[in-house]
Amino acid sequence: MRGTAAEVVLELQGIVKDFPGVRALDGVDLEVRAGEVHCLLGQNGAGKSTLIKVLSGAHRPDAGRIMWLGEEVSFARPQAAMRAGIATIYQELDLVEGLSVADNVFLGREPAGLGFVHRGRMREAARGVLTRLGHGEIPVDREVAKLPSAAKQIVSMARALSMDARLLIMDEPSAVLAHDEVANLFRVIRELTAQGIAVIYISHRLEEIRDIGDRVTVLKDGRTSAANLDAKGTPTRELVSKMTGRTIEYVFPPRPDHSPGAELLAVEGLSLAGEFHDVSLKVHAGEIVGIAGLVGSGRSELLETIYGARRAGAGTVRVAGQELRPGDVRAAVRQGLGMAPEERKSQALVLDDPVYRNITLATFGRFASAGFTSHGRERTAAVRIADELQVRPPGVERPVRTLSGGNQQKVVVGRWLLGGTRLLLLDEPTRGVDVGARAELYEVIRRLVADGVGILLVSSEVPEVLGLADRVLVMREGRLIHEAEASTLDEHTVLDMVMAGSLLETENAV
Amino acid sequence: MTVLEKATPIPAGRREWSEPVKRNLGLVGVLIAILAVGAITRPDLFLDLDWLWRNELLILTQASAIGVITVGMTFVMIGGGIDLSVGALVALTSVWCTTVATQQFGSLGMIFTAVVVGVIAGSLNGVLIAYGRLVPFIATLAMLVAARGLAQMISGKLTQRVDVANQFINQLSFNKILGIPALVLIMLAVGVLGWILLNRTTFGRRTFAIGGNPEAARLAGINIRRHLVLLYALSGLCCGIAAIIVVSLSSAGAADHGDLYELDAIAAAIIGGTALSGGRGTIVGSLLGVVIFKGITNLFIVNNLEQEYQLIVKGAIIVAAVLIQQFRVSSLRRRTSG
Repeated sequence: MRGTAAEVVLELQGIVKDFPGVRALDGVDLEVRAGEVHCLLGQNGAGKSTLIKVLSGAHRPDAGRIMWLGEEVSFARPQAAMRAGIATIYQELDLVEGLSVADNVFLGREPAGLGFVHRGRMREAARGVLTRLGHGEIPVDREVAKLPSAAKQIVSMARALSMDARLLIMDEPSAVLAHDEVANLFRVIRELTAQGIAVIYISHRLEEIRDIGDRVTVLKDGRTSAANLDAKGTPTRELVSKMTGRTIEYVFPPRPDHSPGAELLAVEGLSLAGEFHDVSLKVHAGEIVGIAGLVGSGRSELLETIYGARRAGAGTVRVAGQELRPGDVRAAVRQGLGMAPEERKSQALVLDDPVYRNITLATFGRFASAGFTSHGRERTAAVRIADELQVRPPGVERPVRTLSGGNQQKVVVGRWLLGGTRLLLLDEPTRGVDVGARAELYEVIRRLVADGVGILLVSSEVPEVLGLADRVLVMREGRLIHEAEASTLDEHTVLDMVMAGSLLETENAV
Repeated sequence: MTVLEKATPIPAGRREWSEPVKRNLGLVGVLIAILAVGAITRPDLFLDLDWLWRNELLILTQASAIGVITVGMTFVMIGGGIDLSVGALVALTSVWCTTVATQQFGSLGMIFTAVVVGVIAGSLNGVLIAYGRLVPFIATLAMLVAARGLAQMISGKLTQRVDVANQFINQLSFNKILGIPALVLIMLAVGVLGWILLNRTTFGRRTFAIGGNPEAARLAGINIRRHLVLLYALSGLCCGIAAIIVVSLSSAGAADHGDLYELDAIAAAIIGGTALSGGRGTIVGSLLGVVIFKGITNLFIVNNLEQEYQLIVKGAIIVAAVLIQQFRVSSLRRRTSG
C-alpha cells in the first residue's frame, strides 16, 4: 500500500474542449497524486482520448485550469508537456522502428559532444534505465522493429523515464499484450510508482484496474461523473453505472413494426488467425444485427472478412444461399454486399474528388455504355441520392473533403444505396459525426431496413447498438459470447458482458 | 428534373473553369511567353511567319516521341505509380523492330513488332508491381537496366539501319498531311485517344480512383491488380509507338535510343500538373509540358546559347511548377474547408 497523503502532482479543474459541432470535454476534474496509479474509466466517446491530448499538450483546452506541481500551466506543444515532466505512451507506440533501442530511448536528446554522438555513453545510459525498469535483458543495440510489442512498450517507458517524467500517461497499454506480458507490465508500473512517479492508466478492462489501480475517475459524456473512487473496493456495479445512462440525447427513430424477411447472410465457423475464432451469425432482410464489443475484440476484422477484404482462415460466408469466395471483395459486391468501413477518409473516400464521383465509385461502370462513362447519368443519379440523404451542403461538384464527417458518411452509404446493395456492413457509422447528423444517419439506416436491406452494425457505443439493432451479438476477444433480442437487453448488462466478462478469463490465466 | 436544378445551381454565363483547365491555360501562357522571348531576342526569325511556322512544326516533330511516351506516363502516374523503364523500352523496341529478321516482314511487321514488344515488356512491369508487390520505382528501374541490356545484346551494340525496302518507315518522318508532319499527327492522335480513355471511359475512372485512394477503390469492388497491369501495358504500348517515331527519324534502331526519355516524360507530366502521389493529372497538361520543354531547347538553340544553361532553366521550371501547384492546392483547401 502506498501512502494516502502523498503530494498532489496534477489537478484539472473544469476542463472544456470544443471541436466543430461537438463538445468533447465539458468540465473534467481530475486529481493525481505522486506515486499512485490513477485509472481513467469511461465508454468510447466519453472523452478519454481528448483528455490525454490536452494533458500531453497536443490540444489546448478552451476553458478550465491545469495545475501541475502546484502551478497553473498551459502546454502549447507536446514538447512543453514533456519538458515539464509529463510523458504519454500512446497505443501506437511512437518509436522509430529502424533504429536501435538505445537510439530510441535518447531520440532527439542523444548525449553528444561537438555534434558527435557518444554511442558508448548513450548505450550505457540506456542500459541503466532499462535495468531500473527491471528489463536489463533487452539488448540496447537491437533494432526496435525486431522486438515483441511488450518490449517495445518497455522501451517507450524507458524513454519517458530517461526524460525524468514525473507523470506517465498510458493509453490502453495492455491492448497489445498477452496475459503474462500484462503481469510483467504491472511489475514495471509498480517499480515506477515506488519511486514516486504518478501514472494515469487507461483501460477498458476492469480487472486490470482492480489489480494495478489505486483510485479511479470515471468520465461520461465529457464530464467527470465520479472522482477518486477506490479502485479495489468499489463494486463493479457502481463503476459501470457511473459510465452508463448517458445524458447525451440519442434520438433513435421509432422501431418499425415488421418482422424480418428471408435469410440474407449466413456466416458459419468463420475464423481469422489472431483476430477472431469460430464466428457464426445470420442476418435477415429488413433486420439490423448489432455487434457490441471493445476495440480489439475482432469486430472490425470480422466485418472485413465477411466482406472479403481479408481472407478467412476457416469457415464460410453465404449471401442468399450463395457461398462467397474468401478474400474476394468483388464477388461480395456482386452478391449485393456493401461496406462503410471504420476509417472513412482512408478506406472509403477519394477526398479530392467531387461528391458525385464518390457516390458512384462502385457503380460508374453501370452508367457506362461500351466502356464509355456517362457523366450526365452519373450526376443525375448521384444528385438523386444526395438529395434523398440530404447531403449538405448541396451541390455534388464540391470535393468530398469539404464535407463534415456525417455528410461524408452519407456519401459512403449513398454509394451502396445507389448500387442496390442488399446487405450493408456498417463499421462505427457515427464515429466523428455530430449529434444532429447522427440522428439523420439513424433515420437513413431505418429507411434502408424498411426497404428490405439487411444491416450488420458494429459500434463501440452500446446505446447505439441497443437503440438501432433488432438483435445484438456481444463480441469479446475474438468470440461471440452472447446473442439476444435487443429488447431484452439494457446498456448496463451489455457493458458488463463486454468489459467485466473478461475478468473471469484473466483470473484463470494468472 | 427540378431536383437537379435545385441541387446544383450553375449561374448562367458564369461557369467557373475547373482547376486543371485554369492550370493548362497558365501553361499556354508560358508557351506564349517563350514565343515572346523568341520574338524579342531574335526578331529577324520569329517575326518571319514562314520561318516561325516551320520552326514550330520542327519543335512539335522533335516533341512527338517524348509526347507519346508522356501520355502513357501520365496514366501510370495518375494511377499512383511511375515508369522509369520508358527510355529503355524505346531502345529495346527500336532494336527489336529493326533486326534483319523483323525487317523481312515489311514496315507493318516492324510496327506490329514494336507495339507487341512494348506491351509485353510493360505488362511484365505491371505483373511485377501488381502481383509481385514490388514498388513501381524498383520494378521499372530493374526493367530499365534489363531492357537496355537486352537491346545491346540483340543489336550487338550496332546501329541497325532500316532497310530501303521498308520505305514506309523511312518516309514517315518526311510525310506531311495537310502541311502537318505525320509524326506530329501521331502524337496528336495518341493524345486525343489518351484524353478520351482518361476522361470518358471506365478505364479512366478506375485510374483516377486507384491513384486517388487505392483502399477505397479496392473496397468499392474495383479490380486493382488487373488495372495496374493494364496501366503499365499501356505505357509499354506508348513506348512501342514512340520507338517507331524514333526509328523513322533516325532511319535506324539502336540500343542507345531513348536515353533519359524517362526523365523528360516525368518532368513534362509534373509540369502539366500530374501528381506524383497519384489521382490527379491531365493529358493536355502533360503534352503542354513536353512542348514547353522542347520550346525552351529551341529558344536556346536559335540564340546560340550553351546547352548547360538550358538544363538549369529546365530544372528551375520543374521546381517552379511544383511550388505553384502546392501553393494553389493548399490555398484551395483553405478556402473550401471548414
